[in-house]
Amino acid sequence: MKRHLISAADLTRDDAVLILDTAEEMARVADRPIKKLPALRGRTVCNLFFEDSTRTRISFEAAEKRLSADVINFAAKGSSVSKGESLKDTAQTLEAMGVDAVVIRHGASGAPYRLATSGWIDAPVINAGDGTHQHPTQALLDAFTMRRRLVGPDAGLGRDLDGKRITLVGDVLHSRVARSNVDLLHTLGAEVTLVAPPTLVPVGVETWPCEVSYDLDSVLPKSDAVMMLRVQRERMNAAFFPTEREYSRRYGLDADRMSRMPGHAIVMHPGPMVRGMEITAEVADSDRCTAVEQVANGVSVRMAVLYLLLGGNEPAVTHPRTEEK
Amino acid sequence: MSKILIRGAKVLGGAPQDVLIDGESIEAVGTDLSAEGAEVVEAAGKVLLPGLVDLHTHLREPGREDSETVLTGTRAAASGGYTAVFAMANTFPVADTAGVVEQVYRLGKEHGYCDVQPIGAVTVGLEGKKLAELGAMHESAAGVTVFSDDGKCVDDAVIMRRALEYVKAFGGVVAQHAQEPRLTEGAQMNEGVVSAELGLGGWPAVAEESIIARDVLLAEHVGSRVHICHLSTAGSVEIVRWAKSRGIDVTAEVTPHHLLLTDELVRSYNPVYKVNPPLRTERDVLALREALADGTIDIVATDHAPHPHEDKDCEWAAAAMGMVGLETALSVVQHTMVETGLLDWAGVADRMSAAPARIGQLAGHGRPVSAGEPANLTLVDSAYRGEVDPAGFASRSRNTPYEGRELPGRVTHTFLRGRATLVDGNLA
Amino acid sequence: MDARSSASGNQAPARPVLEGPDIARMLTRIAHEIVERAKGANDVVLLGIPTRGVFLARRLADKLEEITGRAIPVGSLDITMYRDDLRLGPARTLARTEIPADGIEGRLVLLVDDVLFSGRTIRAALDALGDIGRPRAVQLAVLVDRGHRELPIRADYVGKNLPTSLREAVKVQLTEEDGRDAVLLGMRSAPSRPGSEAGPSTVEPTAPAGER
Repeated sequence: MKRHLISAADLTRDDAVLILDTAEEMARVADRPIKKLPALRGRTVCNLFFEDSTRTRISFEAAEKRLSADVINFAAKGSSVSKGESLKDTAQTLEAMGVDAVVIRHGASGAPYRLATSGWIDAPVINAGDGTHQHPTQALLDAFTMRRRLVGPDAGLGRDLDGKRITLVGDVLHSRVARSNVDLLHTLGAEVTLVAPPTLVPVGVETWPCEVSYDLDSVLPKSDAVMMLRVQRERMNAAFFPTEREYSRRYGLDADRMSRMPGHAIVMHPGPMVRGMEITAEVADSDRCTAVEQVANGVSVRMAVLYLLLGGNEPAVTHPRTEEK
Repeated sequence: MSKILIRGAKVLGGAPQDVLIDGESIEAVGTDLSAEGAEVVEAAGKVLLPGLVDLHTHLREPGREDSETVLTGTRAAASGGYTAVFAMANTFPVADTAGVVEQVYRLGKEHGYCDVQPIGAVTVGLEGKKLAELGAMHESAAGVTVFSDDGKCVDDAVIMRRALEYVKAFGGVVAQHAQEPRLTEGAQMNEGVVSAELGLGGWPAVAEESIIARDVLLAEHVGSRVHICHLSTAGSVEIVRWAKSRGIDVTAEVTPHHLLLTDELVRSYNPVYKVNPPLRTERDVLALREALADGTIDIVATDHAPHPHEDKDCEWAAAAMGMVGLETALSVVQHTMVETGLLDWAGVADRMSAAPARIGQLAGHGRPVSAGEPANLTLVDSAYRGEVDPAGFASRSRNTPYEGRELPGRVTHTFLRGRATLVDGNLA
Repeated sequence: MDARSSASGNQAPARPVLEGPDIARMLTRIAHEIVERAKGANDVVLLGIPTRGVFLARRLADKLEEITGRAIPVGSLDITMYRDDLRLGPARTLARTEIPADGIEGRLVLLVDDVLFSGRTIRAALDALGDIGRPRAVQLAVLVDRGHRELPIRADYVGKNLPTSLREAVKVQLTEEDGRDAVLLGMRSAPSRPGSEAGPSTVEPTAPAGER
């Protein structure tokens, strides 16, 4: 069963490079008068969102529609769906309706894995973010953005991110984006450093294929890309850090800090940005910040994933972990 | 049925002997006992143990009869070789009054598959705020001596101190579910390498260990006795070992699943592995086995926690915590302790029968297999090997983590005061 | 993984039916025909169908430039997602679509491919083209027409008509991809309908719609 995309850790280097290369071709469709390809004509994809995320949902929807898929949006939040067994019921309902693939966003870590492996549903499952676990398409679009900026759109074809130094800054503990990025960037040969206050680094991080630092300033000059993770203000109340001001002072990215980065280095943000907290407006609006580009790249990467998983009679990427059962 | 001759059983794993039961008691133990007038149970090669005693069972009645009842739970107990179980207090309503404990006690008596000794709640509604009427429960027909808010921790130090002191008046014991609540808010699994990767809320070992450390010191301070439920970490073992060396009157239990399973299983996100306290690491498992062998941990208790299918057939975060255990406990102990050479069958008899009966002050159970003693006995085919099939469980619930796993040993007969509750693996 | 790499499954020994000089001569002839029939080839845009059609299109563009003295726009048109057998195999790796800067609107688009067989690739190419723009006209140039059409499609410029049986396989080799120029004729390891890839191991197991 190699039909799902649950975790960035499931992708081999060749799978990941194929997705990025395919995304390069998909990106070119955006420049055409008719931004549509027939690859998924007649296939029905359901965006099953148990958690609000307009950005991710719209991105997937755009990708699905550009590939000519029929799209069903199911926003489970706010409906009667709230308790556990409803994931199963909802999945079986969708299956009965003949859905060909499910894109799922869920607040519970592991829910997409459960959906893919529990036998509740036959359709391929694409994880659009689960709890504090994984968000593989985000990691892919981040890697795509890095490869375009640091290697080049054409020069990057067929290549990974070998030797690129990538720094992730912020709430690693609660971040599925961080987990996915660490896995994928490592697979692609990049050197990853996590920077966060110790309270926002998970116990057990020592087995991750990356470095951990508590000192942003020492890492910045050695970074080809700096990714700022979103920090929720509520974390402050749980004593993860004392005040917003202190967080900004120690871990926020302002123009002064940005000037210490190498000239070619880029600033990334998965969005939505909390300006003033983890990133100043000046940095966010500079041309070194790729936040807007990342949004555009998200559609191309998701088109690539959808095409490679659903375009043929079997997917073109392999996922060892979900093969177990 | 008056006389039963169990022929050629290895009593406590020793040399083959015959055991003659007459009425409710063992009449004789020896070789070549006469079978005259007795029903014969051929037991060559099998191991005979005193009937097992579980200090930690959730029978769910009253309130959650969809997952278990006193009847189905005690049938599961008899299937697993148990002749007595202590029923935890976290029912609906909570067993925090004489009325509820007497109801459970009476149901156990009526069904007759094993003795049911209710545990009373320490605090009203398990809320940790106000002491329940511990004395009234003790004086009730149920004669409660063990008190526990299990499922929840008595986290308020003052309430815990008072409870420890108060039960001294009638020789009771408080069994603590050691879980510091603030450190485990949103906790989903053991905090460590696996939780970091899976993005599941971490349940640090220190949340258990800090409460155990506090409670053994409280017990020492007030000169009381304390029992620690389901130890799950190597650190907890160290604390209990230290407390015992200091002369503190502490006893401790470990569950079968914590002797075998680790948090690596959670990678499947299959909620059948979701349990409180959580599955820990290999290092913890090995420390727990060693502690059970050397007596630092006194007993094995199942923490049999039945849940209906729908409470496990869902995503991890939404799933209920707990595993059924009565029908697999002895097999897991044979696998992890006997076959590893850590414990002999006499040791198993102590950890699963004599010691829990002693801690729970349960008369007539956990007695030696000798003439004049009550005929509470369990016969085990220790040579058996087979895959666990939950479909064959007597329990109403099927939430076992061992489905499809090969485990050794099978209880073939259970005798409760001379009456067979299990014959050739079939419930009487 | 499905890369549209050159085939290696040809179990029967293939014999060359055309060599490098033959191919060069044919391309020169086609270029002259284009100039003549397209009245100077002023508005011609060449679009090669990956992989080998792209190299042929570039060679043709060079020849056209020699003849007319003007640079001829040349690009590529990937037809993968327009194939009618997309669902019949694993998801295929995409090739590059490169439309020249001035586009195809109102132009004469000349599709270039190596082998014309069932016609299904060209059908897909016409669909792909429709999503990109509206040319004045579309024409087709192929190096080899091996017959067995399954759709009402014909080539406007043909290097060589090569009568074949369905048991035979035609393989075009080009220096840019294969290290030499040649057209090979061999036997398929299993007979196959031209418009299907049902044969367990064809010469070109991943070729578009049997166009080989």
